[in-house]
Amino acid sequence: MKEKSANITDRLPAAVSLLLIILLWWALSASNAIPNYMLPSPAAVVRAFIDDFSNLMYHARTSVLEALYGLLIGIGLAFFIATLMDRFLLIERALNPILIISQTIPTIAIAPLLVLWMGFGMAPKITLVVITTFFPISVGLLEGYKSVDPDCINLLRSMGAGRVQLFHHVKLPAALPHFFSGLRISASYAVVGAVISEWLGGFEGLGVYMTRVKKAYAFDRMFAVIILIVIISLLLMALVDLIRKLVIRWR
Amino acid sequence: MEKPLLHTEHISKSYDGRTIIEDINIHLNKGELVSLLGLSGSGKTTLFQVISGLVRPDSGAVFLSDENVTEKPGKISYMLQKDLLLPHKKVIDNAALPLVIRGMSKKEARHKADPYFSEFGLNGTQYQYPAQLSGGMRQRAALLRTYLGSEGVALLDEPFSALDMITKGQMHTWYLEVMNRIDLSTLFITHDIDEALTLSDRIYIMTGTPGRIDHELKIETPRNARKDYSLTEEFLEYKRQIMKTLKQ
Repeated sequence: MKEKSANITDRLPAAVSLLLIILLWWALSASNAIPNYMLPSPAAVVRAFIDDFSNLMYHARTSVLEALYGLLIGIGLAFFIATLMDRFLLIERALNPILIISQTIPTIAIAPLLVLWMGFGMAPKITLVVITTFFPISVGLLEGYKSVDPDCINLLRSMGAGRVQLFHHVKLPAALPHFFSGLRISASYAVVGAVISEWLGGFEGLGVYMTRVKKAYAFDRMFAVIILIVIISLLLMALVDLIRKLVIRWR
Repeated sequence: MEKPLLHTEHISKSYDGRTIIEDINIHLNKGELVSLLGLSGSGKTTLFQVISGLVRPDSGAVFLSDENVTEKPGKISYMLQKDLLLPHKKVIDNAALPLVIRGMSKKEARHKADPYFSEFGLNGTQYQYPAQLSGGMRQRAALLRTYLGSEGVALLDEPFSALDMITKGQMHTWYLEVMNRIDLSTLFITHDIDEALTLSDRIYIMTGTPGRIDHELKIETPRNARKDYSLTEEFLEYKRQIMKTLKQ
């Protein structure tokens, strides 16, 4: 009970600031300081969200699928590479700079290339999501593997543990908290990554829909899409938190 | 003479051309508690790593009964000042970990570990996580893990030095009791002279660089008759001797 009330006081400031921003937005659009077609009122956006709901859901489905596939492949790839890097110092030395360089490539710049190479389907979108999400996860995993106390590894070795047992009993569990912090960041990148790559070509998805309503100057719908993207990202992060709580029960 | 349970023959080890320990011959009889007393840097820990099978000596060998266990981990288990309990495993799974590593199923290992919880004063903590235990309890859980992983021999590397004075005293009394009951022999590393004198049947004093066994001391008063031992003349006489050896 006590925890719950503390939770409410914790969240109150955030709720107030969010409310203030919406009020300010409302005041701006109502005052006509900015023309209505450029800055639709919050009410208009909510109306657009409701009127356009089935369309939004149709396109959201594609984007969410791309984000999820990308995340899953990113997780798999990150596990593979981080585990190899932890196991072989040579591989770590060889791949570390490449990993970092891969993060400095602007996603916007390679998205059109991916479309040229892979066509207008889901493949280039998923690839872009993989590229953006795999880095935080692999960095988290690697850090987690390295966080194990060498004395602990020695202790298990003294019990006769081999590499696989060390990984199973010590390394992997130690890496899980780090993995989930990386995954949380990646989950928020994933939807944005999918949408950005949809801007550059495709048949469906929230990014495709965004470019369409932008061309029609339907700013209220544009805002509705943005809000939907925010909601989806938040839900995805909440899902990660939920899974983390189910997996990491020892804290 | 009775055959020792554990003994080493002429163990030497150097790292990067620097000899850390040289010609170490020690033995541990069944049921004994033998301390290895030395200042920091005398190579005690290196010797422990050799005995536990983690590190290969440059020369010499370790024997458990008659078996050569040099560089064969999994035979002699040790415990450090840090309890090194795995935070994600329940206390019972931590204690039973050596059994699982040897290939026992989790269920079977739990079944085997469970009866010892009352012996080790840990009843009721089986299905808690280590973070929920006090410092003394965590140390006892680590000891239980050491015991379950050993074949009658435990190596303890300053296991109680992180505990406060009162808890440490309680752990000493408790350890000697439990050691008798479960028929455990112990090789004990410490730099604390009082602790060595309170617990040991014999004390090896390690000195110098490289570390050598300088002196072996047999304590006359039996282990179970050492109430208020630190106030006796005998205790002080031993302590003077040890200090003299260490200062050389």
